[in-house]
Amino acid sequence: MKSFDIYLTGVGGQGISLLSEIIIRAGDHAGLAGSGVDTHGLAQRGGMVVSHVRFGAERTTPLVRQGKADLVIALEVSEALRALYSHARTGGTLVFYDTGWQTLTVRLGQEDPPDSKVLEEACMQRNVRVIGVRKQDLKDFRMQNMVLLGRIARENLIPGIERQHYEQAMEDLMTGPMLSANLEIFHEMLEED
Amino acid sequence: MKSLGKMLLEEQPFQEIVIGNTALVRGMVESHVRVATTYPGSPTPEIASAILSIPADSRPFYFEYSTNEKVATEVAFGASVNGHLSCVFFKSVGLNVAADSFVQLGHMELTGGMVIVLGDDPGANSSQNEQDNRHFARLSYIPVFEPADPQEAYEMFLESASLSTSRRMPVILRMTTHVCHAKQKVSFQGWDPLPMDRTPRFDPASGPYVPIARDALNLKGKALAKLEDLRKYAETSPFNLVEDNGNLSKGIITAGLPFLSLLDVLREAEEIPDVLKLGMIHPLPRSLVLDFLETHEEVKILEELDDVLEREIKAIAYEARKETLIHGKKELEDWVGEYTPDKVARVLHNTWPHMVSPPEDPAEPPIAPRPPQMCPGCGHRSAFHAIKKVLEAEDITVADIGCHTLGYLPPYKMGEVLLCMGHSTGTGSGLSLFNDSRKVVAFIGDSTLFHAGMSGIVNAVFNRHDLTLVVMENGTTAMTGHQNHPGTGANARGPVEALSIETLLEGLGVKSIRRVDTYSQGKLMKMVREAMAEEGFSVVIASHPCMLKFTREQRRKEGYTAKKVIIDQEKCTRAMNCISEFACPSFQRSPDGSIWVNPELCIGDASCIQTCPSHAIGMDQVDRESRKGGGK
Repeated sequence: MKSFDIYLTGVGGQGISLLSEIIIRAGDHAGLAGSGVDTHGLAQRGGMVVSHVRFGAERTTPLVRQGKADLVIALEVSEALRALYSHARTGGTLVFYDTGWQTLTVRLGQEDPPDSKVLEEACMQRNVRVIGVRKQDLKDFRMQNMVLLGRIARENLIPGIERQHYEQAMEDLMTGPMLSANLEIFHEMLEED
Repeated sequence: MKSLGKMLLEEQPFQEIVIGNTALVRGMVESHVRVATTYPGSPTPEIASAILSIPADSRPFYFEYSTNEKVATEVAFGASVNGHLSCVFFKSVGLNVAADSFVQLGHMELTGGMVIVLGDDPGANSSQNEQDNRHFARLSYIPVFEPADPQEAYEMFLESASLSTSRRMPVILRMTTHVCHAKQKVSFQGWDPLPMDRTPRFDPASGPYVPIARDALNLKGKALAKLEDLRKYAETSPFNLVEDNGNLSKGIITAGLPFLSLLDVLREAEEIPDVLKLGMIHPLPRSLVLDFLETHEEVKILEELDDVLEREIKAIAYEARKETLIHGKKELEDWVGEYTPDKVARVLHNTWPHMVSPPEDPAEPPIAPRPPQMCPGCGHRSAFHAIKKVLEAEDITVADIGCHTLGYLPPYKMGEVLLCMGHSTGTGSGLSLFNDSRKVVAFIGDSTLFHAGMSGIVNAVFNRHDLTLVVMENGTTAMTGHQNHPGTGANARGPVEALSIETLLEGLGVKSIRRVDTYSQGKLMKMVREAMAEEGFSVVIASHPCMLKFTREQRRKEGYTAKKVIIDQEKCTRAMNCISEFACPSFQRSPDGSIWVNPELCIGDASCIQTCPSHAIGMDQVDRESRKGGGK
């Protein structure tokens, strides 16, 4: 059976691990066998952080092969571009949160700032469906991951996982005001026009 | 919400999605480990986080953060010879620190049993090298299990604990980074809680435990005999298994994560070889290996890092006069890096070109890499920014291990030589010899100072070396996830009196000690200048709490409001110091060259304000509620 491979990327501090864990647990609630692995340690300090999730394969490595990701989920524009080149497969999908955390090279003026237009064009050239997401009224940037999750659920970007599975996964991992705040964003994104 | 601590103490069998590190802790609980010790280091710190998720009063075993891996090993050893099953865990290079005690363990009658969990780091994700600790296992005659995923990590922990207890010998469970952090649903058995046996059972008659004179050789003989006896177990161990795909020509011998990479690669292969997957990699099951060689014309040893299995399997084949063609490592690249599926595809293609196609190298993305960097508000940034101004260009700066190692990266370039934990004062001392022209400044973090920094300091005092040590004190073990250390005022079980670094240094005989908060950059510059002007060994404690930890704690408090700085565009003269010298990642450049502050990154610590020559940076007075998301 062909697996469904997801490659998540962003910058340390953006909440990738939580997003990845919700997805793998949502898959479990939906009856999909999954495995995954996150970056830990040194890179979490403002460096590139990635997470791999694979559903449906028989016993296998949690690492997604280069150029084989069915879905790339990016929390930041330049990391989305990097993942497009390294992991997105032709015919796959890339969903990104439209925010940019500049690298030192950009800040020093040696490279152009991250730009969602550039990313979208690069995706089209490489035959990757691209979905940019941004919630203008988001108060807390640390919930950008939930904005993405809402969009992923609404567009059914992960086959077999329904909205209630995501909700169950969120309930596994969060409680109290944090849970309600995250659920609220998730629901707003589900109903967004 | 699911509670990890509760789950780990579940008495009925259950299944849960966990990472390998967490699965091990359930293994500890089920096997009735009584003492667990560690020094934090990636990829193993989440083992401790899982242990700490069980409240101290219901933890079924004693746990401590020891001051370093050697002490952690000794505490676990002491507990074991007193009759308690113990477990010590730490990262790959931690074994170098522990080595002096570790290499003795195989010689000792470990009456309670002892499991050593090693977190090797192929790919050097969070380590200064990717050393292959299987060499250490051979050196010390200690058996090794190597799991491929969290389910195996848990099962092999149980088996290690059981073998260790019944044979009274140490057993290594060798994890690698992506086995520690791999996440999957693991099936756990039930747990039968036993009352803690508090009888101290140390008995010199079970030894000898003092390896002097003839006993050192006798003990070595005993260690070898135990290991050889375990080879019989390895022959029939359920963890060494053959995947028979009916291929009489080609076979592969592999272990650990490379096995899973292989399974992935073989799904698209033109030919499927048989596979001997080793779970116990030391001692090797000689007959099983010979059988596998005998039944195949060619065998590939698919092995991450060094050629440990390859050499031994070739020796086994030679002794038995087997003519099987054995493919080992072909090129130097085969020794380097993690055996990801892409790497395995390449290695396999180089051996049997028709079997799998090599992975296509992805095109280079049109953007620069994003290495890790110091967080917004990090006290180390203020320290480096100030100290760099005091130093002459030719002065020599020595880094140590920790977050401050990131000072090496542009634009600071501070701390330009690094060996390992605690080396900086010693290396700096050597750099100061026959050197009257280039001042030497060494750095060390507070946790590292307690870990391995003290003997270098005593040596600098004793031998009157001429250098300045800057203690980069942030009040925690920051890089590995904010663990407590002797200077923080708490251990793994509760509050304790904090050790003062000044008092420690005074006790070690250091005469010149200064302390300053790194945000006071002018004062810090003055102190470092003074310290460097002194003859001999001087210390400046450059202190500021870890702002990542501090900000997280603040956010949890009632009534927290976020603060930000803002740039007054009228005052900004585009001197660019905030970007090119101070280089807080919050400062962003617009295409028109103007600077703005990214509100998603800025924590409002204000440490940058003093670094702007145009006084253009100030606190943002606008209410956070009225701000709309992040800008671009």
